[in-house]
Amino acid sequence: MSEAINKAVLESTQIAIMEQLPETGVPARSPLAHQQQTASRTAPENPGVYLWESALKTHLALRGDANNADFANGVEAATGLALPEVLQSNHNNEWALSWIAPDEWLLTGPGDQALAMEMSLREQLGGHYAVINVGGGQTLVRLAGPRARSVLMKSCPYDVHDRNFPVGKVVNTVLGKSQATLRRVGDDEWELVVRRSFADYIWRWLVDASQEYRLSLEQPTQGASKNRAGRLQASPVEN
Amino acid sequence: MFYIYCPYCGEHREEEEFHPKGQAHLSRPTDPDACSDEEWGDYLYFRDNPRGLHHEIWVHAIGCRKFFNATRDTQSYEILETYRMGDAPRVTHFTDTQKS
Amino acid sequence: MTQPNRLDNGGRIDRSKHLTFEFNGRRYKGFSGDTLASALLANGVDVIGRSFKYSRPRGIVAAGAEEPNAVFQLGATEATQVPNVRATQQELFNGLVSQPTSGWPNLQFDFLGVFGSILGRMLPPGFYYKTFMFPQAAWETYEKYIRKAAGLGRSPRDPDVDTYDHLNQHTDVLIVGAGPAGLSAALSAARSGARVILADEQAEMGGALLDSRETLNGKPASNWVRDALKELSGYDNVLLLPRATVNGYHDHNFLTIHERRTDHLGDRAPANQSRQRLHRVRAKWVILATGAHERPLVYGNNDLPGCMLASAVSTYINRYAVAPGRRLVLMTTNDNAYRAAFDWQDAGREVVAIVDTRAYADGAWQDEANRRGIKLLKGHAVIDAQGKMRVTGAVVAGLNTDGTQLTGKGEVLNCDTLASSGGWSPAVHLSCHTGSRPVWDDDVIGFVPGKTVQKQLTAGAVTGCFSLADCLADGARIGAEAATNAGFNAEPAAAPSVRCRPETRPMALFCVPHYKPNSRAPKQFVDFQTDVTAAGIELATREGFESIEHVKRYTAMGFGTDQGKLGNINGMAVAAKSLNQSIPETGTTIFRPNYTPVTFGAIAGRHCNDLFEPKRYSAMHEWHVEHGALFEEVGQWKRPWYFPKPNESMQQALDRECLATRNSVGILDASTLGKIDIQGKDAREFIGRIYTNAWAKLAVGKCRYGLMCKEDGMVFDDGVTSCLAEDHFLMTTTTGGAAGVLEWLEFYHQTEWPELEVYMNTVTDHWATMTIAGPNARKLLSELTDDIDLDRDNFKFMDWRQGTVAGVPARVFRISFTGELSYEINVQANYGLHVWEKLFEHGAKYDLTPYGTETMHILRAEKGFIIAGQDTDGSVHPYDLGMSWAVKEDKPFSFIGKRGMKREDCVRDNRKQLVGLKTKDPSIVLPEGAQAVDNPNHPKPVPMLGHVTSSYYSANLGRSIAMGVIKNGHKRMGETVHYPLVDGRVVEAEICSTIFLDPKGERQNV
Ligand SMILES: [Zn+2]
Repeated sequence: MSEAINKAVLESTQIAIMEQLPETGVPARSPLAHQQQTASRTAPENPGVYLWESALKTHLALRGDANNADFANGVEAATGLALPEVLQSNHNNEWALSWIAPDEWLLTGPGDQALAMEMSLREQLGGHYAVINVGGGQTLVRLAGPRARSVLMKSCPYDVHDRNFPVGKVVNTVLGKSQATLRRVGDDEWELVVRRSFADYIWRWLVDASQEYRLSLEQPTQGASKNRAGRLQASPVEN
Repeated sequence: MFYIYCPYCGEHREEEEFHPKGQAHLSRPTDPDACSDEEWGDYLYFRDNPRGLHHEIWVHAIGCRKFFNATRDTQSYEILETYRMGDAPRVTHFTDTQKS
Repeated sequence: MTQPNRLDNGGRIDRSKHLTFEFNGRRYKGFSGDTLASALLANGVDVIGRSFKYSRPRGIVAAGAEEPNAVFQLGATEATQVPNVRATQQELFNGLVSQPTSGWPNLQFDFLGVFGSILGRMLPPGFYYKTFMFPQAAWETYEKYIRKAAGLGRSPRDPDVDTYDHLNQHTDVLIVGAGPAGLSAALSAARSGARVILADEQAEMGGALLDSRETLNGKPASNWVRDALKELSGYDNVLLLPRATVNGYHDHNFLTIHERRTDHLGDRAPANQSRQRLHRVRAKWVILATGAHERPLVYGNNDLPGCMLASAVSTYINRYAVAPGRRLVLMTTNDNAYRAAFDWQDAGREVVAIVDTRAYADGAWQDEANRRGIKLLKGHAVIDAQGKMRVTGAVVAGLNTDGTQLTGKGEVLNCDTLASSGGWSPAVHLSCHTGSRPVWDDDVIGFVPGKTVQKQLTAGAVTGCFSLADCLADGARIGAEAATNAGFNAEPAAAPSVRCRPETRPMALFCVPHYKPNSRAPKQFVDFQTDVTAAGIELATREGFESIEHVKRYTAMGFGTDQGKLGNINGMAVAAKSLNQSIPETGTTIFRPNYTPVTFGAIAGRHCNDLFEPKRYSAMHEWHVEHGALFEEVGQWKRPWYFPKPNESMQQALDRECLATRNSVGILDASTLGKIDIQGKDAREFIGRIYTNAWAKLAVGKCRYGLMCKEDGMVFDDGVTSCLAEDHFLMTTTTGGAAGVLEWLEFYHQTEWPELEVYMNTVTDHWATMTIAGPNARKLLSELTDDIDLDRDNFKFMDWRQGTVAGVPARVFRISFTGELSYEINVQANYGLHVWEKLFEHGAKYDLTPYGTETMHILRAEKGFIIAGQDTDGSVHPYDLGMSWAVKEDKPFSFIGKRGMKREDCVRDNRKQLVGLKTKDPSIVLPEGAQAVDNPNHPKPVPMLGHVTSSYYSANLGRSIAMGVIKNGHKRMGETVHYPLVDGRVVEAEICSTIFLDPKGERQNV
């Protein structure tokens, strides 16, 4: 985006837009950085659950009316993603766009793109809408593995069964005594959007709930969590 | 523990996700300053407490954050319908089969 | 032989696996597959407890959840103590340690026999009722004594070493009970592809089929069970839950299942495995296939060890290879119970007689009894059991046809076991949990589930259908119906063929008549656990308690941990007879959750210890911990309370923090304040309707303080809102009020003013907020920013500026909650710790001092700034607070609270108003909550003027300061009020302005 357009967007809007990332050299500390530091690095044999933080991403809350073409088309033009339907998500290599409410979506993607994406959105969008940078206030937790679903069954009252929660679905629900937005990103992999201040509680809750399934705090290597047959066999508590 | 159909999410969800917000279909007087103390007091404090059908507001607090209405039987706790804010209830009296 | 009652053959126990266990300090042996009850019976242990009121010896009566007597304390160590365990439901494991809980002072020593029936006299029927009604203090005295004697067990004194958890389940069909009906239902439902949960309280599924003598498809019933379970476990849409009691049935088909995962393995759960699990199930359809409980008959001394349920005798013989005696007398009102006598005889033991209360009984079962050479006394009943510690005989007499009178003289039959059956009571418990009242059925001679609003079906014996063939067919049909209702294409599974013997109609008999009136006959027990007798119930009705609910409260019938599973129907029958009315006329019996006791551990799940409650942390939390902060909980936030240095008292730390801030510069982590981003062209209008003051002219770059009221005009939150851009505002709220305020804003937007174009989102967690306050705040900030003009005229009080602080983009708000020169620095929270640490790097030379919530409270109180929720309590409007400057009456829209403040009660004289308070003795700090009076010597009741809302010692002022509400306080400046304290002191205080320091606000305008 050219400097000129940049300036035009900034001036045409009645909204305060702000580059919130420091130039260089300033360390960022994600909400779960302290857990990553203290976590045991020895992964168990054949883990049933993998848990890791997908830290420091861009998180933009988009508010608008899906029936407003200027909004819906604008979002697609800026992100390359169509506005997802109720409880659904769309994603490409960089960005994921999740339905949150009838007038709210969450856009997550590369951590250094928050301002550029907000500018791009504001350039494209029309009508009554809002874009809110919320990246400092929440983080992404990934939960994977053959027993990931069991961990969620211990944690959330929502039905996470395949028949009710296919890949791509997004649900904001109770987790422990807090809450999270769950997105099923694969057969055995889930992404949880959690608030910064609750992240420690949710992390500890999930670690606790995973104990009986052998927990790895590493991201699984490719294919490690793809074994569907193994998951069904290993899940006698589920139906 | 209720199981409540959110008309915005289009699904039943557990009661833990919701907050009850009291009687539905009360609207704020357009000119509060013109209300007598009695009229304002009625709006502010007086609520129905029926044994039977009750239209009430809930909010999907841990969910889509939207307010909506529910028609609930206060005796059986059955929720007979939920509907969006601004819509009128379809159930306004018991049919014979519903009468408890 | 160490187990005198163990049979050489048969049963479902594993004789190759020997187990040792302990009961009441003695060691015994049993086998894998035993329950604790079956093992005790095998070992010939007759007396397993003493009754709570009369201290009578008691033995095992039943074989399942309905057992009233064998309720034990388990646990080999203090930490693993579990009270209230029914021995009939506890699987035996090696090393099991159990204690009777009802044996105080001990089982063999007849305490009451020696000292007289003290408790019996102390606790006549109506005891509970009378002690609850009358002097309340007495209850505390009785209670300890009763608890000890009553066998309620005790909780462990050491922390539980095991873990418990919850699992949220969703299913199309939940089937409760895996007996013939439940298993058949599961087959039908499972084959349709529906998600099915089949839960059964026993270790083995199969229910009555496990001890059945019937054949299914020409083979033993247990073969059919095995095949059905094999098929079901092969479906991935089926979850089989043995050892899992569905203990509660709640609204909208929400059920809780208490699964005992490791209780059968040992005293402690294996590592990384929860001991028990509470399944929280939301089911589309529920099938209750809960079966029925056999009803004992009520007769004299029917509580002697050796008196048992007929079906229990069969179960112990067939499942556990235990014949709990030598010589059996069976009394029955029905054919079904004949099985017990036949099983007994087949076990090689002597059947002394079958005493059938029906003169008309004459069918296949009687033929078989005759064929077996068993003495059959028709039209007879057992009126008394004889014996001291165990049955030694049964007194049998003739009975008239309607069971109301005895005929002829009694005859004594020598026996050691007296089984009885008065028919079967459907297990309607779960159906009752949802508020459905059970209905009496004369054909069933029992209550069956009533009408329900739940998506619930019933199958098998719970419906009053007691024939095996019917239960199997009923289950298959209902299973298909449930799956169909849940949206699946289901067909009833083909029911196996059953060889059925026709049965003669049972007789409705509950309490056997006696020669003497019940009040003088030997005690005829109705409810064993609470020692309620037929005579006690009759007394209750004579005293005028005619509703069964009253009778139950008067006698305590059904109030034990077994909820009267065995006794309630008999008790109703006794009451009905005494009142000369029918059972349905007497009332129904209602059961409430839980069906059987549930451990607190299972209820708590993982919501305990560190995970009991979420703790919210700011981005700088680790720094606070490292620097010795003590924390205060504000909502769920952990906020630094104060930062004591070594050997510093709390007051010393506060004094230091307060002085440092006023004299140089202090820093507060203010990240927890609620922050709401408000965007849209109507944002300004919206804010103007929510706050009481004016917002129309607030310019970009400016901040303003606002009060939020409810419609009644009472303050509920406050904070500073800043105009970020023409259509963009940032609202702050109190820490505890954040979520509530956002919901409040959304409520008005969504329900009242949807036409306003505004979007609100929380950004509380997005920004890390650090407040530097004090005369050196500007100097400190200037060292960390080079792109914000900090000049006092260019960056004024109540302005905000954007720039870079410590290399991080920041919004800096020049607002003050201390009255000092103060900047609130907001950076994206991922950089909060960095900026915080940089502030300290540069702040050392200014003695930059971290302070917590307590110093914040003191500093704001010195300035008279309120804290919503502390100085307000929902009954205080802005005028009461002396904050009329924060109310803009002439806004075009009638903002929330405006009309409320004009109500008659809000404009009257003598309202409680917020004032400052200075104690006459400056060293005395008034307790918060202390009540003001004008004259402490006024006779009681002393008129109260209002209470202290905030009170501190101010190091800056060298004295105590307080705020409080006083009736008409704004007009009483300079007057003295008195605070009588609980310790007897009366503290005098002068009413003054709430602003104790710098009334002109010069300190912040520098
Ligand atoms: Zn919703």
